[in-house]
Amino acid sequence: MPFFRLTVCVAAIVSLAWLRPATLCAQSQGELRWGGDAEGGAPYVEADPNDPTHVVGFDVDVAQLLASGLGRVPRFIQVGFTSLDAAAARGDFDVGLSGIEDSLARRSRLAVTIPYYEFREVLTVRQADGERFRTLADLRGRKVATLGATLAYDLLVDSQARDGIVPVTYEDDVHPYSDLVLGRVDAVVLDFILAQRGIRRNAGLVNQQAPLAVGHYVGVLAPAQTALRDRVDAILRDAMRDGRLESIFRRWNVWNEDQPRLYARLLSDASANPVAPSSLAPANAVNSDVTMSTWEAGRRYLPALLNAALITVALSCLSMALAVAVGMLIASGRIYGNGPLRVALTTYVEVVRGTPLLLQLFVLYFGLAAFIQLPAFLAALLGLGLNYAAYESEIYRGALEAVPSGQLDAARTLGFGERQILVLVRAPQAFRLALAPMTNDFVALLKDSSLVSVITVVELTKQTSIFAANIGSWVLPGAMCAALYLALSLPLARVARRIERGWRRP
Amino acid sequence: MAPAVTVLEVTSLDVRRGDRTIVSGISFSASRGEVVALMGASGAGKTTILRAIAGLDRITAGTVAIPRPVGMVFQFHHLFANMTAHRNVWLAPVHVFKRPRAEAEAHAQQLLVSLGVGERSAAMPHELSGGEAQRVAIARALAIEPPVLLMDEPTASLDPARRGELAATLRQLAAQGRTIVVATHDAEFARACAHRVLTIEDARIRNVF
Repeated sequence: MPFFRLTVCVAAIVSLAWLRPATLCAQSQGELRWGGDAEGGAPYVEADPNDPTHVVGFDVDVAQLLASGLGRVPRFIQVGFTSLDAAAARGDFDVGLSGIEDSLARRSRLAVTIPYYEFREVLTVRQADGERFRTLADLRGRKVATLGATLAYDLLVDSQARDGIVPVTYEDDVHPYSDLVLGRVDAVVLDFILAQRGIRRNAGLVNQQAPLAVGHYVGVLAPAQTALRDRVDAILRDAMRDGRLESIFRRWNVWNEDQPRLYARLLSDASANPVAPSSLAPANAVNSDVTMSTWEAGRRYLPALLNAALITVALSCLSMALAVAVGMLIASGRIYGNGPLRVALTTYVEVVRGTPLLLQLFVLYFGLAAFIQLPAFLAALLGLGLNYAAYESEIYRGALEAVPSGQLDAARTLGFGERQILVLVRAPQAFRLALAPMTNDFVALLKDSSLVSVITVVELTKQTSIFAANIGSWVLPGAMCAALYLALSLPLARVARRIERGWRRP
Repeated sequence: MAPAVTVLEVTSLDVRRGDRTIVSGISFSASRGEVVALMGASGAGKTTILRAIAGLDRITAGTVAIPRPVGMVFQFHHLFANMTAHRNVWLAPVHVFKRPRAEAEAHAQQLLVSLGVGERSAAMPHELSGGEAQRVAIARALAIEPPVLLMDEPTASLDPARRGELAATLRQLAAQGRTIVVATHDAEFARACAHRVLTIEDARIRNVF
């Protein structure tokens, strides 16, 4: 599957590169296509509560400002936050605006505008911990949450090495704060805007005043679009000068004293890069990735990928064991159980098969959190195991029913009870029939285990996407990830064939 | 040599499936050491009578009086596909009748030898010929020491020479005191092995020879 995805990606890039000039010609007349993620929510970009077909937010207003400066009409293009860079590079839109952070990596592979907003990374903790957790150094051995592929994540990786904290990555900025309230994590590091929203929505949290780092929001364009970027920069500088940017940020309640200082620096320096990408220490490992070769980056990320592959293996094996055990019970219950039990088990199988695994993981981890707080790995194991149990049970039911009834009649005349028949005669024969589809399911589970990254478990695919985001390319990380998945799944088929052969021997 | 003690007693047996009458008003008995053959064309209801006697099929009316356990040899043998011939034979004595494993294994091997398939004991069922599988199936049925042995179409998978051998085997088992009921459409075989032949026609017993 990763190979497949990679191939599709490569094919898409090649075809887009081929089509791009024509596409741009067709769309550049009168329209400014701007990309953002409406899931990011207020105050950046969110669906208008009064009219969900429209988006509102300060990034929407900035896009409007840029479009009118260019004499065009803005058109919003929805792109998932983590795909914004890749979409910009492909030319899916003219400019991306969605609280996108300025970084050296981004500057090296995209045309990046001057910053239009300065933010501080802040530490959020529970009020009760306000005194003891003042900085990251106070959180040794504790879990600190953030969004993946952000400056805050780089900050946490850096602090992991220095202070011994445990970074936990989320795919959204809502659950880090709700999990902080629940005690699943002990702190959250995100930018001030998100942190303010987090403490507004969750009682009992407090933001520590001292900023951990300073960053900037920028617009991103395809690397070849430097001319358009320069025009956008000029429009932004004009808007800083005449107060239009200020009125936008005031309207969204995020204006503060940092912005006039930033604008003054930008207006007094007409060069292309008037401010440094971020105020993280130069020793920061991630930013230096840009300057090292891809192979060097690959070598440095390999241990992390191997580690993540171990998580994938452990999670897959344990989930499969659970799926097999529960699946056998369900199959036996559906064949031998009484009416109500059969109805209950059939309902379970249909509900689990008929709803997305992703939804089940969300419900298990976040939905049930008010009643029972499962650790992330356990929730992942239960989610995968119980989901696959439904599929396994159908395999076993089919296999049990495929054992010829004559075998069962013969056992009955010999005086065996139904349970003995199941254990001694029926199940062993069914197992052989089930082996091939089971192997198939195990390989599928191995890859489906990548879904658990949504509940903060960093497994192979998640680690790969972090790697890819940091070096700005999917080619090497994708190939390494695919190689690891293949190295895990190919031996499985061999083992299954060996078991099947061994079965035939007396 | 008229056998005296009645071991099996079938009285007014009816088996229906929905509106369809499979067999009706079947009554017969068999004595200790007697071989009874149920003769009839395919579909006459012979297998149904055996299955009803063995307790595998529901009886609509009538009674079957038979001592347990009942030995049954199926037309297609139904040897357990997941184990060797030997284990097929000792499995029930160990797991159902709680005989010591070593004793049951030795007895099973003895039965296989006496039926002429001793050297095939390590073979899996799919490795056996039709005749070998049948002998293993007979050994498996005998291993639980049933007073009555039921056999369904035992000649179906045998050549004429083997049929003669099987008839002799059945006579020999009967001589040892077993009651045997054989369902067959092979008149020659029925005459060769049975003390008594019942002809089933249109779901009923027509003739008794």
